[in-house]
Amino acid sequence: MTEQKNNFNLNSLLKETAININKEDKKNAISVIKNTPLPNSKIENWKYTRVSKLGNINFENNKANIDNISRYIIDDTKYSFIFINGHFSNIHSSKKIPVGVEIKVLSKKNNEFVNSSLKIKGEIFNAINTFYLNDGLLIDIKPGTKLEKPIQIIHILKGDNIISNFKVIINAGESSNSSFIQGFFCDSGNNNFCNSTSEIQVAKNAKLNIDKIQSESEQSFHINTEQVKQEQESIFKINTFTLNGRIVRNNLNIHVNGQNCETHLNGAYVLKNNQHVDNHSIVDHKVENCISHELYKGVMDDNSTAVFNGKVFVRKNAQKINAFQSNKNILLSDNASINSKPELEIYADDVKCSHGSTIGELDQNSIFYLKTRGLSDKSARNILISAFFQDVINNIENQNIKGYISQLLNDRFEWNF
Amino acid sequence: MIEIKNLHAKIEGKEILKGLSLNVNKGEIHAIMGPNGSGKSTFASILAGKEEYDVTNGSIVFCGEDLLELSTEERAWAGLFLAFQYPIEIPGVSNINFLKTAINEKREKNGHEPITAKDYMNLVREKSKLVELNAKLTSRSVNEGFSGGEKKRNEIFQMAMLNPKLSILDETDSGLDIDALRIVANGVNKLKNENNATIVITHYQRLLDYIVPDFVHVLMDGRIVKSGDKDLALKLEKNGYDWIKKENDI
Ligand SMILES: Nc1ncnc2c1ncn2[C@@H]1O[C@H](COP(=O)(O)OP(=O)(O)OP(=O)(O)O)[C@@H](O)[C@H]1O
Ligand SMILES: [Mg+2]
Repeated sequence: MTEQKNNFNLNSLLKETAININKEDKKNAISVIKNTPLPNSKIENWKYTRVSKLGNINFENNKANIDNISRYIIDDTKYSFIFINGHFSNIHSSKKIPVGVEIKVLSKKNNEFVNSSLKIKGEIFNAINTFYLNDGLLIDIKPGTKLEKPIQIIHILKGDNIISNFKVIINAGESSNSSFIQGFFCDSGNNNFCNSTSEIQVAKNAKLNIDKIQSESEQSFHINTEQVKQEQESIFKINTFTLNGRIVRNNLNIHVNGQNCETHLNGAYVLKNNQHVDNHSIVDHKVENCISHELYKGVMDDNSTAVFNGKVFVRKNAQKINAFQSNKNILLSDNASINSKPELEIYADDVKCSHGSTIGELDQNSIFYLKTRGLSDKSARNILISAFFQDVINNIENQNIKGYISQLLNDRFEWNF
Repeated sequence: MIEIKNLHAKIEGKEILKGLSLNVNKGEIHAIMGPNGSGKSTFASILAGKEEYDVTNGSIVFCGEDLLELSTEERAWAGLFLAFQYPIEIPGVSNINFLKTAINEKREKNGHEPITAKDYMNLVREKSKLVELNAKLTSRSVNEGFSGGEKKRNEIFQMAMLNPKLSILDETDSGLDIDALRIVANGVNKLKNENNATIVITHYQRLLDYIVPDFVHVLMDGRIVKSGDKDLALKLEKNGYDWIKKENDI
């Protein structure tokens, strides 16, 4: 079966961005959108993730209202910023901004340029995000600022055929310490699509943590591209939990530009029915003396499919790099599948790197043992799945987030963690 | 309590049990002995409901119920307990957490409220003392990194927590040092009363010095080929199994 080439559908319902983006970028973006077909399975990077059907949808990028958003609030922090279909929701967002932090809503930035360094050429989803950008945040953490409470950014989709192009820019200043929570949800609607990008700078000696929950719907598409640049002695940590969505693709590109950095990427994906989740990551060690640690775990049921593709580059002369990468999977059904490809590309000689992936089922002997003690089949499986996820869940320091994830897993899979 | 009649069972086409019959009444202790590979653990696994084995003939009635119709967990709720010959390790699953779930699922089946946290902790304290199991081990992952002897002790701790009607102890004595053997055997004896029963599978008389059986059976070639009182075990210890083989033409 040959897949037909499908372009992104430019229709009259789609309004181009009102945000003051570099004109050259916009021009490049529309030309990429017009001339580049949506990726199909012949494109190596998208081999297992079929997104060309997005071209069949007549997207619109309208605003919507939701009266009560309390169930989408992950943490009770004072600093919450809410976006519905990628548009800033003034009524639902906090008026408070932490001391030492500047937060600007992109649509309210009076005629100031929004500078982006995302690659647009050949990157159709970045191009769409640029040309149709609805809104987003620009967050500056001033040097030396230590945030006590996290900044929470919640994005909610609502309505049929909605596309949300959304962006977060974070500049974590020198020696700052901050933590972010990102939640992606879907209130209702078919064929909606959140196409979000993040551009993150972690300056010298800064520490930045992101906990992300993706829990949209089995009718929604989600593509997330995160570009991170780390300067010397910085620590960047991201935990990505993908619990719902029809097709979810995460691109995580980390440029480790300074020495003595730490990079931690953790993720869990829990899928059922016909869901598909694809985690692509690149950690690019350009200089010496850094550590990176990546752990992704997945449980897949029914006909769900997942992709893990993690690349670690260690450039020439980037000696004394310690890179660890692991992807572990449990398939709960014969029809579920995972395509796992951890990759190391090493051009330096004095490095410590390891990678591996496992695919298995729940251990039948363990299930039997637990059942002989009086655990029902369901609880025995539940307990083994929760044991499997324990280390990725323990990477989250914030108890509220752990609690929220447990609740979502309970609602969706009836698992008690 | 349990009535096993003419039990035949196969695995992967190989017949392992070939007409095993055994009756155990409440208040009794039965010892099963027999050479390696004679089918003792197979018998124990079938009682616990391991699905890999095909029961091709025979019947098992446990407390008036057709045991073969019950799932593994239903057998546990009905009061059957198996202490494994080779207890497995389950990383990430805490001993006391899963036992609490097990106890509460049973209580729910019987229409009882879940056990309170306080009562549960008291139960853990009391029962771990019974087998002198270090409190740290009770809260660690199931058997992960336990020594051979600690694993066996943990099996008896779980038995004490679940308070079964019929316990099957499959070579619980193997791997225990001399003191541990005494402690574990004393634990089993303390749990013993006129309403429950125990089947101990063992190769050695020394366990039976502590847990004194009412009956001793020899399982050979998939059947109980000889039964007697506790003196039979002493005779086996002295003379081995050859004379029984001869008697039975095996
Ligand atoms: N899964 C299996 N597949 C094939 N053969 C099996 C399987 N399980 C058990 N057997 C065989 O059944 C026979 C009985 O094994 P079992 O473990 O019940 O013996 P046992 O009496 O408990 O021995 P031991 O005293 O060594 O513990 C053995 O010959 C064994 O190899
Ligand atoms: Mg055995």
